[in-house]
Amino acid sequence: MAVDDPPPRPRVTVVLADAASRRGAADRGSTDLTEQTPIGEALVKGLMRAQLALALRLALVVAAALGTLPLLFAVAPAVGAVKVFGVHLPWLLLGVLSFPFLVLIGALYVRWAERNEQDFTALIRRPER
Amino acid sequence: MNPYLAPGLVVVVLLTVAIGAYGLRFARTTSDFLVASRSVSPSWNAAAISGEYLSAASFLGVAGLVLRYGVDVLWYPVGFAAGYLALLLFVAAPLRRSGAFTLPDFCQVRLRSTALRRLATAFVLFIGCLYMLPQLQGAGLTFATLTGGSYAWGALVVAVVVTANVAFGGMRAITFVQAFQYWLKLTALAVPIIFLILQWQADGRPEVTPPPGAVFPAATTVVIQQDAVLDGVRPVKEGQELHFAAGAPVPEVSTVDAESGDDWLLPDKGGLFSTYSLILATFLGTMGLPHVLVRFYTNPDGASARRTTLVVLAMVGLFYLLPTMYGVLGRIYTPQLLMTGNTDAVVLLLPEAALGDGHLGRLLGALVTAGALAAFLSTSSGLLTSVAGVIFTDVLRPGRSGSIRDFRIATLLAASVPTGLALYVSDMDVSRVVGLAFAVAASSFCPLLVLGIWWRRLTDVGAIAGLIAGGGAAMAAVLLTVLGPPLSGWHAEVVGQPAAWTVPLAFLVMVTVSLATGRRVPPDVGATMLRLHAPEALRT
Repeated sequence: MAVDDPPPRPRVTVVLADAASRRGAADRGSTDLTEQTPIGEALVKGLMRAQLALALRLALVVAAALGTLPLLFAVAPAVGAVKVFGVHLPWLLLGVLSFPFLVLIGALYVRWAERNEQDFTALIRRPER
Repeated sequence: MNPYLAPGLVVVVLLTVAIGAYGLRFARTTSDFLVASRSVSPSWNAAAISGEYLSAASFLGVAGLVLRYGVDVLWYPVGFAAGYLALLLFVAAPLRRSGAFTLPDFCQVRLRSTALRRLATAFVLFIGCLYMLPQLQGAGLTFATLTGGSYAWGALVVAVVVTANVAFGGMRAITFVQAFQYWLKLTALAVPIIFLILQWQADGRPEVTPPPGAVFPAATTVVIQQDAVLDGVRPVKEGQELHFAAGAPVPEVSTVDAESGDDWLLPDKGGLFSTYSLILATFLGTMGLPHVLVRFYTNPDGASARRTTLVVLAMVGLFYLLPTMYGVLGRIYTPQLLMTGNTDAVVLLLPEAALGDGHLGRLLGALVTAGALAAFLSTSSGLLTSVAGVIFTDVLRPGRSGSIRDFRIATLLAASVPTGLALYVSDMDVSRVVGLAFAVAASSFCPLLVLGIWWRRLTDVGAIAGLIAGGGAAMAAVLLTVLGPPLSGWHAEVVGQPAAWTVPLAFLVMVTVSLATGRRVPPDVGATMLRLHAPEALRT
């Protein structure tokens, strides 16, 4: 019925086209993700690689700082005999300082891991940039 | 006997039951029982996780080990805390996002294998029982040490209180109970240590390792536990009473393994294999303990699971500053424990030994005992909840119609085995068994979780082979250590601290077999990885 149609038609088509194009831009990333397109796979792999690299780097810091201590004490016993404030160094390092050190590493991880996730979300939400 | 002891213990048990009953008002559905309906706030959850984690091994065992062996065993508390860092770095957020409630659930979600799920169930039950047994034993021994009552009653009372609380309140109630017990345990060690250090100052700061050797601070009577030789010359018989005057040197007893002088004060020159094995077991074992993982499901999303883990790391780290000081002060005030070998009791006995048996010493003594009871109660409650959860979903398999009654049956089943064992086996070494449980967890679930979360090419066959090889080897080492004949030389190190070879073995077998069975990689691994790693905000 051509007579009934004209008034609403331009408005309807324009609105639909506008909304569809806007949603398409915003959702293309999510669709890539959920439908497992090659782009989506690559995005998830990128996030996993970033998170794993971060975790491994911090684990390496802990291994280098704490993990080498038994070896150090075994190879250089003089280090173990050093006194700081009247307390032998190994007691101070293991009994006291190791705990704040672990918490510090954990806090850094939480901060950077959340930043990785924010970057990822931003990438998905605004694929045109 | 200390007159404040009984009231203190009764108050702890009553508060536990009361808080459990208060929580019961909110627990209406099966989901409430199992996962607290996922509505627990991060700070409550973190306190609950910490309360659940700090077991008898942490509360009593660490101080006892420090008293006995000195600086080398400080790796225990460091590793117990660092385990949460490994959990945070590699597991926390993806595991929460997987939606898995138990370890077998995770196997199902990630690899879609029923056989793997059954194997994982067997490991959860083994680790759960292995970890619960020393809690009940510790409870029995504490009761026997302090009240002169029987070992069996102590173990039985704790078992009954815990079973009732879990069966009637489930996890919802347990969350409040555990959070309360964290703060109780922290207070119970933190308040007395202030008075103990002030007393040490007032005594003119006696040296921890005086050059001529340890001396008795006061006149002491020691009852010898086993036939032995004192200082290598004087033979003594079991049950013999020895009297020492104040200032008399503490003799070395041939049957008690302890270190003295510089051996105690400075790191060992040898023993690197054991030290690294212990580090590996504790750093990687925490993530594989069934009662630890179950808690992550109560976080609303992955990011909050991470934040909760960080708070737990801080809370647990704060706690572990304290037991070391008890072990050190124990060298000065309770050296007779080095003669009897009953070093696990140092936390319980130190307040009265240092402060005298006036009101202050006795009140503080009752406080630490109440804290010890909280340690037994909270860890065994958490273990029981998670083991019962696994029995409920994987052994009873009630399907969708699972009722609260079935969960209660599962709880009774889960409690009966370790309780029965604890009543008949009383001579197993408490802290050693806990260390072995960590080794089994580190060689089975740690590789499964880490590879499952970060490596797409893991297959069900690879995971099964790795679990059997690494976890099986660790299990065999545990059974050999606990039941077998005493070993010596390098055999003892390799079997007694197996993690240094079983953990790499598990990883190696899992990776090799997965690569060889590459065609069995689940077809939906991409979707699973998306679910594990993408922030929840992106889900539609």
